[in-house]
Amino acid sequence: MNLTLKIWRQKDSNAKGQMVDYKVTDISEHMSFLEMMDVLNEQLVNTGEEPVAFDHDCREGICGMCSMYINGEAHGPDRGITTCQLHMRMFNDGDTITIEPFRAAAFPVIKDLVVDRMAFERIQQAGGYISVNTSGNTQDANALPISKHDADEAMDAATCIGCGACVATCKNSSAMLFVGAKVSQYALLPQGQVEAADRVQNMVDQMDLEGFGNCTNTGACEVECPKGISLDNIARMNRELMKAALK
Amino acid sequence: MSGFFSSSIGRKVAMALSAFFLMFFLLMHVSINLISVIDADAFNTASHFMGTNPIIQFAMQPVLIVGVVFHFVMGFILELKNKKAIGVSYAKNNGAANSSWMSRNMIWSGLAILAFIVLHFIDFWFPEINYKYIASLPEDPTRYFGELQHKFVSPLRVGAYVVAFVFLALHLMHGFTSAFQSMGSTAGRKKGLITFGKVYAIAIPALFIFIALFHHFNH
Amino acid sequence: MALNSKVPEGPIKDKWTNYKDKINLVNPANKRHIDVIVVGTGLAGGSAAATLAELGYNVKAFAYQDSPRRAHSIAAQGGINAAKNYQGDGDSTYRLFYDTVKGGDYRSREANVYRLAEVSANIIDQCVAQGVPFARDYGGLLDNRSFGGVLVSRTFYAKGQTGQQLLLGAYSAMNRQIARGKIEMFNRHEMLDVVKVDGKARGIIARNLITGEIERHSAHAVVIATGGYGNVYFLSTNAMGSNATAAWKIHKKGAYFANPCYTQIHPTCIPRSGDYQSKLTLMSESLRNDGRIWVPKKKEDAIAIQQGKLKPTQLAEEDRDYYLERRYPAFGNLVPRDVASRAAKERCDAGFGVNATGEAVYLDFAAAIERYGKEQAKIQNLSNPSSTKITELGEAIVEAKYGNLFQMYEKIVDENPYKTPMMIYPATHYTMGGVWVDYNLMTTVDGLYCIGEANFSDHGANRLGASALMQGLADGYFVLPYTIGDYLSNDIRTGPISTESPEFDAVEKEVKDRINFFMTNKGTKSVDHFHKRLGKIMWDKVGMSRNEKGLKEAISEIKALREEFWKEVMVPGKENEMNPELEKAGRVADFLELGELFAKDALIREESCGGHFREESVELDGEQKGEAKRNDKDYAFVSAWEYKGEPSEAVLHKESLEFKDIELKQRSYK
Repeated sequence: MNLTLKIWRQKDSNAKGQMVDYKVTDISEHMSFLEMMDVLNEQLVNTGEEPVAFDHDCREGICGMCSMYINGEAHGPDRGITTCQLHMRMFNDGDTITIEPFRAAAFPVIKDLVVDRMAFERIQQAGGYISVNTSGNTQDANALPISKHDADEAMDAATCIGCGACVATCKNSSAMLFVGAKVSQYALLPQGQVEAADRVQNMVDQMDLEGFGNCTNTGACEVECPKGISLDNIARMNRELMKAALK
Repeated sequence: MSGFFSSSIGRKVAMALSAFFLMFFLLMHVSINLISVIDADAFNTASHFMGTNPIIQFAMQPVLIVGVVFHFVMGFILELKNKKAIGVSYAKNNGAANSSWMSRNMIWSGLAILAFIVLHFIDFWFPEINYKYIASLPEDPTRYFGELQHKFVSPLRVGAYVVAFVFLALHLMHGFTSAFQSMGSTAGRKKGLITFGKVYAIAIPALFIFIALFHHFNH
Repeated sequence: MALNSKVPEGPIKDKWTNYKDKINLVNPANKRHIDVIVVGTGLAGGSAAATLAELGYNVKAFAYQDSPRRAHSIAAQGGINAAKNYQGDGDSTYRLFYDTVKGGDYRSREANVYRLAEVSANIIDQCVAQGVPFARDYGGLLDNRSFGGVLVSRTFYAKGQTGQQLLLGAYSAMNRQIARGKIEMFNRHEMLDVVKVDGKARGIIARNLITGEIERHSAHAVVIATGGYGNVYFLSTNAMGSNATAAWKIHKKGAYFANPCYTQIHPTCIPRSGDYQSKLTLMSESLRNDGRIWVPKKKEDAIAIQQGKLKPTQLAEEDRDYYLERRYPAFGNLVPRDVASRAAKERCDAGFGVNATGEAVYLDFAAAIERYGKEQAKIQNLSNPSSTKITELGEAIVEAKYGNLFQMYEKIVDENPYKTPMMIYPATHYTMGGVWVDYNLMTTVDGLYCIGEANFSDHGANRLGASALMQGLADGYFVLPYTIGDYLSNDIRTGPISTESPEFDAVEKEVKDRINFFMTNKGTKSVDHFHKRLGKIMWDKVGMSRNEKGLKEAISEIKALREEFWKEVMVPGKENEMNPELEKAGRVADFLELGELFAKDALIREESCGGHFREESVELDGEQKGEAKRNDKDYAFVSAWEYKGEPSEAVLHKESLEFKDIELKQRSYK
């Protein structure tokens, strides 16, 4: 198929960006979206133009690196996938596809479609861990049974890949699904409950400091999340913070 | 605790708490108004009680006003903060793909409701305050029904009321279940409460509209 | 230089314990004066960085991605082995040790493997304490699955995302240390060379991938944890950015490179669909527990299928060749990865492949769906269930077991694998070879360590399923933190290492010169162009099966390609900005050298062992006719290559492998 691409080009974080039109031809419907971008870039390199910079790595939907806003949706029109798992069969010959970086004040553009997600790192550093040293003599893994229900729910929260689609898609650029997932994972496990109150307070403080917006429960993040992280995690974070405040 | 309410989540909880209070108030208000459709005397009695009872006048009424003002001021503050959090906006954004119109436009339905509240204050609350406390006119326990009917003569006003209540319905469509979520309850995401929320969000404004139209055509 | 593996004396069971009891330690007050650089933040690098920081060292960690959490360890699906014996099925440290050595086709170093098995149980304890949500049973205890043809259930897992959860565990430990200021994290930085001062590794030159700035970083020791070199094939299950640059650069500075020819080709990957393909996707090996692998018996059927004129479901049972069941009746579809991969290639080379490219075989779940369906019908007491009902019940069971994999397959291929057989084909997955290290995980350069997939030590010629995660975390959490202390105890009086030295100047100049070359070269071909061509040579001639003629051709073709690359490569953009093409150029330049050494190593190893199959070395008669033949008399050694300029000039050093605790046997899966 032949396509017109409208792509955000921005030289560096200080430059003013703009949308630029490109044409690609003979795109196979079996290609992944990023392979289509590879074709475009090969084309640009061969004509001496600078290729479009975009983040990508594992190309199997787990590293969380890829981050495109395609036709008005984070990771494009399909559900339960990342950009690298989006396939061209979702589009039709002659389509115009708009490709933008994930937008949020807390995610400044580095170049073209590459954004800086260090805000997520700092939130994790504020408390996204259990304080345990490596020692080789922690208690036996089975010394503390954990109900399957809690373990499974913790796992569901832990599948977050930190891509930032929740922020990108939120009309408020809120990071609550991301933070809620981490808070939930640890709040559900006995190992994490010891420092649960400090954790949620520190992580929420950092989240606010980074300039993410507030959650208005539109639920868009849950729909666009490639891993289907549930809004229940935000509710749990709200509870955890209330509990911490009442302590 | 003060730290809590200055956090993003604390503010969200505060929005939800005021919302719950306002939703309860709406239920009260519509119940009393409904009496006007059934029986004029009973409406006069109820209105007289609400208008003269010191607890309601000097305790509940200020709380209500604070609640309303808080809800919309906080709503504006959060909206402005959220706008700031966005930074550059998308060239193309397909919000309808992942969220309801109501949830994305709470500020607009809220503003419409605010405009209505201003009109409502001009219509009822200011004359009421003037009658009782400024002009200090003699108390007449039978005046309420007539005043009510009088207000609904103008088709323009009735039209404005109807439009405002449609916005109220839209606001409640998202607001009802959203408040539960903000309070950390997942009940708002379960089928039972979702259905109840929808019924509430449609029934309350519909009743208000019915009352307005009833008095417009039956005076 | 003679290779000294520094394996401690004593019985294998006591080596590690005795070693730990006797090594030199660094006083906590001194640790804070010692810097360690860790390059790579996957399971090995992440766990090492966190643990070293907990111990009190100042750690500088480097990742080319924007976060340690994105390292490719995250993509590991199946699980992690540990000799916990929670199932009471007879597992033990010895048995894990034995399975790993045997699985590696007796080409690994016994003492290292035993230590790996020994610390494996600690890994699970540590990860649970960190909040890794492993799968549990209804009693709340940890669940296990069996994996890759071993006789016990020792694999711990977190759905199909075990690598992700373990990496996030290590990442969380890192975050805690970053917050404490004990780890300084350099995201979006790529190490481009190592700096040696007085023969010791004392720092690195790295490029800031956002600004393009070339930076100097010094430390008392350098740890390389940058993963494998599978991307030398261009197409692999590795991440797009996975590269061998750090490992190759230290090789060029004196670290020997061991067994480059040992590569694992994983049998259950989604086949290539066209020339635009950028990477291959792996589906968990567990699919082979229920799927039956076949190709058409008749060539005309295969051709009809390739042309899209025939559907696999239209083929009668007797027209299908379940070649694994035919060739290996004992293990059937569950033969080890290397055997399954070669068998698929054999059928496709013979013209029986089943997609347009002719490079695919079927993995069919119809039999499993029917079997499960009938079982369920019995359980639910349905009398005379219709075949649709049976299929429905069976599909539900298959969905519960493999639903996420089926969904992934459908997203990529756009075919419903419940209704029509999946297509699979082998793909490069893991490299057992890597930088040579001694028992301390130190390379042949003092103070330069190599851990995880980047080193060669534990998997011999073939890796067992669910052992990569085990090795990465064992190295990082439980081995390196001890062994590096022994070395660093001599550095307590050294003081900070200056980056203003002739040594740093010289290496920085080398790095900058190379970048300048790329930026100014007036070539006409893109980096990917060369990478794809290299990949094709590697896959065709140094792939699943190798012979002398092909290897010699590969060596000269790679050499010629390398020369062409340095003349014709074109890199757009500038050096002082984010420039993905420049990043790729450097990586491909290194692959072009590594590929040749890889082929050379494969050429000298005239035996078939594990992932390395030489067509000249097969059993000629008997029950094993045509199967891989190992030659323990002449090849029971690690080939460690010393850099001398061109790969063709590399000098071979042999570390002979002695097996005192395990009897050498030929593998048989018939």
